[in-house]
Amino acid sequence: MSAITLSGRVGRGVSSILRTWLLFIAILVLWEIVTRAAANTFFPPPSKIATTAAGLWFTGPAGHLFLTDTVFDNVFPSLGRTLGGWLIASVIGIAVGVLVGRSRTAMDYVGALFAFFRALPPPALIPIFIVLFGIGPGMQTGSIIFGAVWPVLLNTVDGVRSVDSVKVETARSFRTPKGYWLAMVVLPAAAPKIFAGLRLSLSISLLLMVVSELVGPPNGIGISLLQAQQAFDFPLMWSWLVLLGLLGYGFNAVFVAVERRALAWQPTGGRN
Amino acid sequence: MKRVFRSLAGLAVFLLLWEGIVRAGLVRQEFLPPPSVVFATLFQLLGDVSFLRDVIATFLAWLIAVLISVAIAVPAGLLLGSIPGLRASTAVIIEFLRPIPVAALIPLILLLIGSGPDAKITLAVYASLWPIMFNTIYALGEIDPVLLETARACGTSKTRTLFSVALPHTAPFVFTGIRLSATIALIAVVSTEFLAGAELGIGNFILEASTGSTRFDLVLADTMVTGILGFAINGGLELLGRRLFRWNTADREAV
Repeated sequence: MSAITLSGRVGRGVSSILRTWLLFIAILVLWEIVTRAAANTFFPPPSKIATTAAGLWFTGPAGHLFLTDTVFDNVFPSLGRTLGGWLIASVIGIAVGVLVGRSRTAMDYVGALFAFFRALPPPALIPIFIVLFGIGPGMQTGSIIFGAVWPVLLNTVDGVRSVDSVKVETARSFRTPKGYWLAMVVLPAAAPKIFAGLRLSLSISLLLMVVSELVGPPNGIGISLLQAQQAFDFPLMWSWLVLLGLLGYGFNAVFVAVERRALAWQPTGGRN
Repeated sequence: MKRVFRSLAGLAVFLLLWEGIVRAGLVRQEFLPPPSVVFATLFQLLGDVSFLRDVIATFLAWLIAVLISVAIAVPAGLLLGSIPGLRASTAVIIEFLRPIPVAALIPLILLLIGSGPDAKITLAVYASLWPIMFNTIYALGEIDPVLLETARACGTSKTRTLFSVALPHTAPFVFTGIRLSATIALIAVVSTEFLAGAELGIGNFILEASTGSTRFDLVLADTMVTGILGFAINGGLELLGRRLFRWNTADREAV
């Protein structure tokens, strides 16, 4: 957000909302008209998708906030694995990244190895994870962690290494305690890079959640999507697709908001 | 030179650990074969014509996908980056489409265009459009206004400004986008082959090795080939970028 939009926020609020959503609504209406006219079974009109989705997720009992069993059986486990795997990968990535990045020689030893691991397409490793963990939540979370850890780790190393030498020397001349120095100098300086890695990892986690569920039951968004396709139930399949889009949009929006707050003190205002 | 030795030492320690863990019986050898077996299989595979055909099929699909995404994403990025109104009105659609995981589109694409090479190319293009497009938009927003104003003060025409000021400035950023996308495209191609079962390709090879005969040395050797391919593509593009844009000093990371 630049200063111009901030000063004119109140006056332009309505028109900017209108402008932001106008094309979206126009395309939605156009899609509705075209799909109704074409009557192609692969492409149901958005109104049909919306009613299917509403019936699928929001017709549960009032005690469950009107959420259906499908939400509890398939959506929440998927979300749990995605976020859980991502969090574990983030903790490991930042911890190892700081350790390796602060050492002068460690990256020489393991840098090539880590870069190679990052280059491995994570879905290709799923067969190995299946035999190691069996089909189920362990395999799914495991492959999410393995795929999501490298961007965080390598970005943390990058960030930790780029700490301004003046800051390093100032801290040293004040005999700053190690823990304090790490938390107050190194991590804040590395934060923009770390956040960039975390963001990439989040979308990788979402991708791997779907991939690992396409091959491995018992439950989840991925397997529901595949079952809908195999049953040729296209409105249902589209509902799951839309849900994935919404999830991605929501994750990203929350992440950007948190990042803005956390990096507000940066000269770039956390825009990177 | 010291760094190369250290990398090799790191690699050697990793392989020895892996070999040791398997030999000690901590994991079952038929599930996670030791590196000695995997490397033997790897060398065998490199002489196997049908395997090489798979690698070439994947590589070609990857190359075509990257070229198509560049052809779409760079002009789209330039357009969105230079017309703020257009960018604001398409933002919601783009932010909704971009995070849809490419694997989720596999069922849809299978129905629409089958499991041939065009399916994996389509999905890889979809996945790799975004980094190139966002880097292009970002770069256009970062042009030093002094440069643009100088060009205007000298009476430079709009097209000339585009080709002499805007494009040279955006090129390094776009290239970074292409490098990121190249990795993503490879992952997308291999994943589609693995999940959708193409006729040819590295991913399909993994699928067959892991389901029919459950030969995990084949799976791992093949995964290694993919990793080496990805590593080489990324490293090669990084070198090329440093070479092409030696004159540029700006930090090129945007995504």
